[in-house]
Amino acid sequence: MDALLFLVFAAIAVGCAINLVLQTHPISSALSLVGVMGSLAVLYLLLGGEFLAAVQLIVYAGAIMVLFTFVIMLLNAGAEKKPSRKVLSTAVALPLLFTLAGIGAYFAATQTPSADVVKFGAFTAGPLEIGRALFTRYLLPFEVTSVLILIAILGAIVLARKEI
Amino acid sequence: MDFYLITLVKMALTAIVLLTCCAYAVWVERKVLAHIQLRPGPYFVGPHGLLQPLADLIKLLTKEGIVPSHVNPFFYLIAPFLAVTLGLTSIVVIPFTPPFEVLGHQVALGLTDLNIGVLFILAISGLGVYGIAIGGWASNNKYSLMGSLRSSAQMVSYELPLALAIAAPLLSINSLNFRQIVNAQEGFAFGIIPHWSIFAGPVPQILSFLIFITAAFAETNRVPFDLPEAESELVAGFHTEYSSMMFASFFMAEYANIITICCVATALFLGGWHPLWPSAYGSDLVPVVLLAGAGLMLLFHAVHAARRRTWDRFSFPVFGLLFLGLAPLFLIPVLKPVLIPFFWFVAKAGFLVFVFIWIRGTLPRFRYDQLMRFAWTFLFPLAVANLLVTGLVVALTGN
Repeated sequence: MDALLFLVFAAIAVGCAINLVLQTHPISSALSLVGVMGSLAVLYLLLGGEFLAAVQLIVYAGAIMVLFTFVIMLLNAGAEKKPSRKVLSTAVALPLLFTLAGIGAYFAATQTPSADVVKFGAFTAGPLEIGRALFTRYLLPFEVTSVLILIAILGAIVLARKEI
Repeated sequence: MDFYLITLVKMALTAIVLLTCCAYAVWVERKVLAHIQLRPGPYFVGPHGLLQPLADLIKLLTKEGIVPSHVNPFFYLIAPFLAVTLGLTSIVVIPFTPPFEVLGHQVALGLTDLNIGVLFILAISGLGVYGIAIGGWASNNKYSLMGSLRSSAQMVSYELPLALAIAAPLLSINSLNFRQIVNAQEGFAFGIIPHWSIFAGPVPQILSFLIFITAAFAETNRVPFDLPEAESELVAGFHTEYSSMMFASFFMAEYANIITICCVATALFLGGWHPLWPSAYGSDLVPVVLLAGAGLMLLFHAVHAARRRTWDRFSFPVFGLLFLGLAPLFLIPVLKPVLIPFFWFVAKAGFLVFVFIWIRGTLPRFRYDQLMRFAWTFLFPLAVANLLVTGLVVALTGN
């Protein structure tokens, strides 16, 4: 049952990701990304990370992507024009893409630890353990990330003010 | 296999009960609004309009579902589906009664018991905005688009105070599971004041309850925050182009969201199924007295009808006897551990639904800039301050 659900939602995640690139309309792409986030949340759930799954949905699908769709709707961005596809570029790009994917798969297979570590439902840490880890062991990376986001926000404001 | 079968039956039952509640919430809303405005409200379909939801359903089902020519058909069709699915989903984590024994099995009313129930509610309500946003955008109509833009901005803004208001009582309860949250609110201080989140704890959470309810009005797009469907400015807002069952789906989703958020408020702040005062002082008798009183009043009016209408001659005695028959059920010892907690839960959630309707009948609508300023400059800082104070007190008292 777990393996079946994993396959289904992994397929949905990959399908949505491909759809994200193929769609010409920004709204379709944004909603495909929401699909990817949702299927990733289900994969976290299958691994036992209930808290991570919920946070994934709240933060990415519920907040960030809503803002994305909001901006796309506000600017009323239309479908982008597809550049006319040259046969030559396709003929060169496809083999290159497969080579890249092959190299990536090779490194992923050799460099990552064996798959025995990952088991369905093996991750039992709840909000308590995650919170404790964030505020003790990973406190510095956690705070540095928040400062980084703050800098990004300030930068965005400065850039936007110049425009006005 | 048994597990799947039982779960399926429970899901079907929950869906049927919730949909019926939605339909009758519409009836109650129309009746209450009408009485606030000194009108009788729906009156002619069934006794006192009781069959009006059924008539509305038949009307909406048999209407032609129009897909206008200028819309984006895929998103136009998927939006109401998304809205109603997400609206009906989040009720699954609410526990309605404590566990009780039936034929040797421990059961409890409530579909599932997630460890992260509170986060699940937040996640589903965060996704709920997509139904409205996509629907308004796909309609390809300026009023719909304005409605859905307002809705996304409003829901993202009010989600922050909502989540912060939820976090404050959780600091002292220390759990995200609704059943544990309700269990933590059992008991009475000084033998009389209930140990609910809004009264008890190191800091009484009455302020975060008020913030939660205010943000809940915005999350469910209700008056005074119903800007996405402000009919004086936007025709009907995000659902202008929808008809038939697709319109009804948005409608159902709105009422399902109201019912769910009232249940969440009941479980988080109002002690879930725990009574208002100890059963030693007779709180178990409240449902009996209420039902018997209502039954006797209906029978009295059946005899001395002020304005005798055809329906009333039958409906008053029938409903009076029905209520009188229901009242003793709450005295049977076997049924008591189920019915009494269920009564208290439904009474509190029902009162909150009534408050939602009451406010709709009383308050005017906000202006859009006022709405945003209210969220960011008043509600959000207030929620943060409340969370900080609660956190400080909880840390000092060493809970």
